[in-house]
Amino acid sequence: MLHLTIFLIFGAVCVAGAVNLLVQRHPINSALSLIVVMASLAVEYLLLGAEFVAAVQVIIYAGAIMVLFVFVIMLLNAGEEERTKGSRVAMIFGIPGMLVGSGLVAWVLLERSGTHAVEAGALPGPPKTIAWLLFHEFLLPFEVTSVLVLIAIMGAVVLAGHSDSGGPAKKEG
Amino acid sequence: MVPLSYYLVLSGILFACGVTGFLIKRNIITIFMSIELMLNGVNLSFVAFAAQWGKLSGQIFVFFVMVVAAAEAAVGLAIIIAVYRTRETLNVDQVNLLKL
Amino acid sequence: MLSVGTFVLISIIKIVIALIVLLTAVAYTVWLERKVVGHIQNRWGPTRVGPFGLLQPLADGVKFIFKEDLTSPHVYRPLYIAAPMISLIFALTSIAVIPVGNWVTVGGIHTPLQITDVNMGLLIVLGITSMGVYGVALAGWSSNSKYSLLGGLRASAQMVSYEVSLGLSLIGVLIMAGSFSLRDIVDAQGGAYWHVIPRWNIFQGQIFAFFIYLTAAFAETNRIPFDLPEAETELVAGYHTEYSAMKFAMFFMAEYANMITVACLASLLFLGGWHGPLFGPAWLQAILPLFWFALRIFGFLFVYIWVRGTLPRFRYDQLMAFGWKVLLPLAIANLMITGLIVALKS
Repeated sequence: MLHLTIFLIFGAVCVAGAVNLLVQRHPINSALSLIVVMASLAVEYLLLGAEFVAAVQVIIYAGAIMVLFVFVIMLLNAGEEERTKGSRVAMIFGIPGMLVGSGLVAWVLLERSGTHAVEAGALPGPPKTIAWLLFHEFLLPFEVTSVLVLIAIMGAVVLAGHSDSGGPAKKEG
Repeated sequence: MVPLSYYLVLSGILFACGVTGFLIKRNIITIFMSIELMLNGVNLSFVAFAAQWGKLSGQIFVFFVMVVAAAEAAVGLAIIIAVYRTRETLNVDQVNLLKL
Repeated sequence: MLSVGTFVLISIIKIVIALIVLLTAVAYTVWLERKVVGHIQNRWGPTRVGPFGLLQPLADGVKFIFKEDLTSPHVYRPLYIAAPMISLIFALTSIAVIPVGNWVTVGGIHTPLQITDVNMGLLIVLGITSMGVYGVALAGWSSNSKYSLLGGLRASAQMVSYEVSLGLSLIGVLIMAGSFSLRDIVDAQGGAYWHVIPRWNIFQGQIFAFFIYLTAAFAETNRIPFDLPEAETELVAGYHTEYSAMKFAMFFMAEYANMITVACLASLLFLGGWHGPLFGPAWLQAILPLFWFALRIFGFLFVYIWVRGTLPRFRYDQLMAFGWKVLLPLAIANLMITGLIVALKS
């Protein structure tokens, strides 16, 4: 019962944050509601027993990636977004489409997927087991993603670096 | 005891919100955040399925998704900064020329 | 097992005690800083309020409460008000998983000297402190002033950059202890070699990690020589330029609470936590671990203040270059060597 209550509270916070992301016009408000979504998702992971995933979710997503977003919003001093014709068309078709789509998915999942229940902390993911899996079964994907991150770092430096600072110059068009 | 389908419904709603944000938002940063929201929705279903099947591989995949999201955020935000430098707008409707 | 009611009651008592102790410690760290920096600069520091100026924090608190709370008209109000609260809340929350001593039995109830004992303790502290950056960044952005914005930008870039080195410097310790639980890490450091050299992590080869941690922690808490976000000679006061009265005090308290958290982590991870010589009657043996732990924290805070009184401020490009080109490679080298040694030993 307690488990269900916690799930519902944080699920509601999650959905409220996601809807707020859509409603807000200023990107920094959207970014903050996304942080709320991520933090409450971390609680949902804890309910499922995935404690390491929850901690990493807070550290990586909320603590690093979103800081980068907030940093860029501050750096570019992004103002409120203006509504254009394209966005009005998207809104007329998009919002009903989303409601119908998510309603359909919810109905199918609730009606047709059986009543399999997940206990609190159903599958504990202790760091030791996760590390063992990561460095044995998933060693190759792990190494490949490390190369991916390296490429991303270099790409970011090339794209955002000033063209006059001696780095790899971006052609001024 | 929470039915597995509740977790999946929550993840579905988050994903749908992400898709909608991607469609209706015109600020390139917010569009990018909608993508992150979709990835988060998928992560939740990964962890939920991991709990159902009793296999930790689902949780491992969440890490890979996070790594890809971090790489994507770094490159994507660098592109946004480069776009803003040349065009001085973040509105995707106004970024419609291949060459300035 | 404890019943739910007892558990809640014990938790509330622990939270209240921890908060009171933490806030008092924050107030007296400010006093200590003013006093020590005063003596370093050959002056007295606060002397008027109470003996040795000991009541000065109280007077400061009263002053902060009664000051006029100015809000300039061009700020973005919701975030402007929320930012100092975010800072303070995250600074105070991280104390929840920090253990201050062994298990005790009071009135038949066996309980750890810690608000909650979780096995992901260290990761939770890291997660909470990484959220603290939002307070600073949002304060800088929502104040809508160029000095605040520059301070906020600097703070967020600096804290994200140094968090990498900070995290990597801790991994050496984690490899040695084989656990994320702060209690296990401290327990692994008990005892001594030949009854002389304690088995603290800095005597087990983690001394480089300790200095990397020390440097990164100074940058994380925005202290001199890395206090670029609030460099008063160039940015007025950085991200809290537009804040006054209690809102300013909240930033101030958050900064000192963060310093204390960092000091707690340093003594738990590198300096053996509460381990120390035990002697005397039973009641003394019960109190001594707490005393040793407090002594380490005091020493760490003293180093903080000493460095503040001694070193000049870095330039911003120097700060970033130092973080990425010196500290990060050193942390990675330390991690690889520690891993190699542990692997060869086992």
